[in-house]
Amino acid sequence: MDTRSRTPETAMALGVIALAGLVAFGTTQIPEVAYVQVGPRIFGWIAAAGLGVMGALLLFTAVKGIWQREDPGEALDWPALATIGAGLLINIAFIETVGFILTSTILFAATARAFGSRKWLRDLVIGFALTACAYVFFDKVLEYRIGSGLVEDLLTRLLAPLFPPG
Amino acid sequence: MEALGFLAQGFAIAFTPINLLWALVGVTIGTAVGVLPGLGPALTIALLLPITTKVEATASMILFAGIYYGGMYGGSTTSILINTPGESASIITALEGNKMAKRGRAGAALSTAAIGSFIAGTIGTLGIVFLAQPVVDLALKFGPAEYFSLIVLCFITISAVLGNSAVRGLTALFFGIFLGMIGTDQQSGQARFTFGLIELLDGVNVVIVAVGLFAIGETLWLIAKPKVEDEVLSIKDSIWMTKEDWARSWKPWLRGACLGFPIGALPAGGAEIPTFLSYWMEKRLSKKPEEFGHGAIEGVAGPEAANNASAAGVLVPMLSLGLPTSATAAIMLSALQSYGINPGPQLLSTNPQLVWGLIASLLIGNFMLVVLNLPLVGLWVKILKIPQPLLYGGILVFSTIGTYGISRSWVDLALLLAIGIIGYLMRKFDFPAAPVIIGMILGPIAENSFRQAMTISQGSPMIFLEKPISLALLVLAAVAVLTPLILRYRRWRATGQRA
Repeated sequence: MDTRSRTPETAMALGVIALAGLVAFGTTQIPEVAYVQVGPRIFGWIAAAGLGVMGALLLFTAVKGIWQREDPGEALDWPALATIGAGLLINIAFIETVGFILTSTILFAATARAFGSRKWLRDLVIGFALTACAYVFFDKVLEYRIGSGLVEDLLTRLLAPLFPPG
Repeated sequence: MEALGFLAQGFAIAFTPINLLWALVGVTIGTAVGVLPGLGPALTIALLLPITTKVEATASMILFAGIYYGGMYGGSTTSILINTPGESASIITALEGNKMAKRGRAGAALSTAAIGSFIAGTIGTLGIVFLAQPVVDLALKFGPAEYFSLIVLCFITISAVLGNSAVRGLTALFFGIFLGMIGTDQQSGQARFTFGLIELLDGVNVVIVAVGLFAIGETLWLIAKPKVEDEVLSIKDSIWMTKEDWARSWKPWLRGACLGFPIGALPAGGAEIPTFLSYWMEKRLSKKPEEFGHGAIEGVAGPEAANNASAAGVLVPMLSLGLPTSATAAIMLSALQSYGINPGPQLLSTNPQLVWGLIASLLIGNFMLVVLNLPLVGLWVKILKIPQPLLYGGILVFSTIGTYGISRSWVDLALLLAIGIIGYLMRKFDFPAAPVIIGMILGPIAENSFRQAMTISQGSPMIFLEKPISLALLVLAAVAVLTPLILRYRRWRATGQRA
């Protein structure tokens, strides 16, 4: 009989039940259409009911302590998670103003640090080279636009003879 | 024999220099991402979906299918040289292949895996040639009710029957169906589950979900747990098999292919069952069963062949019915949709050049893969030596490109992070990710058939039980979901009382 805490599993099951509630609420917000046999709500109810029943079954296995999983380890590397979390949030917050190249360079270095790298200068240089090359390849060669920004505008001006803006 | 004529036309399309190039690029990228632990064909194709705006449909499907096949070859290299199977179907390869590598027989293991994959992949791809048209002929008799019931059966088998837990698989499936509903309803024009956000009116992009679950979720999971360094075994022996290796390999290759293709071609899919069956069968038939568990070559040859043949089999329901039974197939299907091509039984008649060109280029790609993977295996081993910090830093940069480029809005990146956190939790609590993707792509198609059928029956749900084919499919689905649950409940009652 294992004495491991059942709290994480119980929380996860309650999360699924909460999601079922959210889907059910969202379904009530869909305006019903009068003139069709089956409106846009039915599948919403199906998804809500399915998630609700599965959530209840998960809660049962969690409380009984029979939820088997491969990775029961609860010791989390919080400093590493905080590092990559910061990298992702900086990316989200500043990508529209500062631009993809600089924010994703920081994301690259933060990810590398979270994986144990301590050569931050090397990581920043590699990250910058990678994002700048990726920008030229996607935005200029493939014309898959990934926005503008400080370095992006400079590159666009420098590369204008090769890739005329159009 | 009509099929051979179509295949000849397919070769005419596949042998154009530009399509040969796409196939080569596809199998090369596929092998690379298959070798790299943490990257897989599903994620790679999702990240490359943007090219569908620039490249025509046949070329991009040739590229994606090349990545799909290449991923299988690359994955076996990694399972043999480091004992971390990327996907559940490679567990067996890791089991015997890694033991062979530890005994200094890595070259022979890689070789039997690659040649077996080639033979099985070729048999499987030829199987698609002959099976596609008959399946289409059968499917054209299906009305919306039968089609809906078929999707229900497919949903049940991929989420409840395959995998460790039926409850967790179905949870993932319903979550995917919910994600697929977000946005404007195609039939009524009503907004659903947008919670007042205009960004959600167009729906959640499958790229964001696939990248969030497979890249961000996986990265967070790896970061959160204590770090371990994987040991990469070196290849000490020749990659050319001995006479004895050949004698012990060829039968398992053929048997594996014969198990893998039909099971993969069922609308249930899944490569786990045929690989496990093949392993069990080879162990029974082997003259040296005592070697199993210590690096028996049959235990690599058979399951690897079964794995590749079933990968080819998965393309049968995908191309002939529009039913994806793996995450990779689901993302390829969404690529087709982005061209305005409706996958389904009509695909073969509306886009024959695409289907036959794709099949022919798979045969060519399979040949390229043996050449790429055997003599050049040393090159791929070098990829394994990319340090983890730089590899995952790169994965996150490409995830940003794929996501941010969709509409250049930070909202998509925030959504990516949210899906990533969900993906992390799913990984942590052992929820499968594939049903989410399949539910998301197939859910709207199921809903469409459901509403069409209900319109025909003027609102009576009995239509699904009155049509014999539909009833049979639903009964099968019920049996598939209930049998394991009842067995598990009985086992739990038998053992659980003591605990």
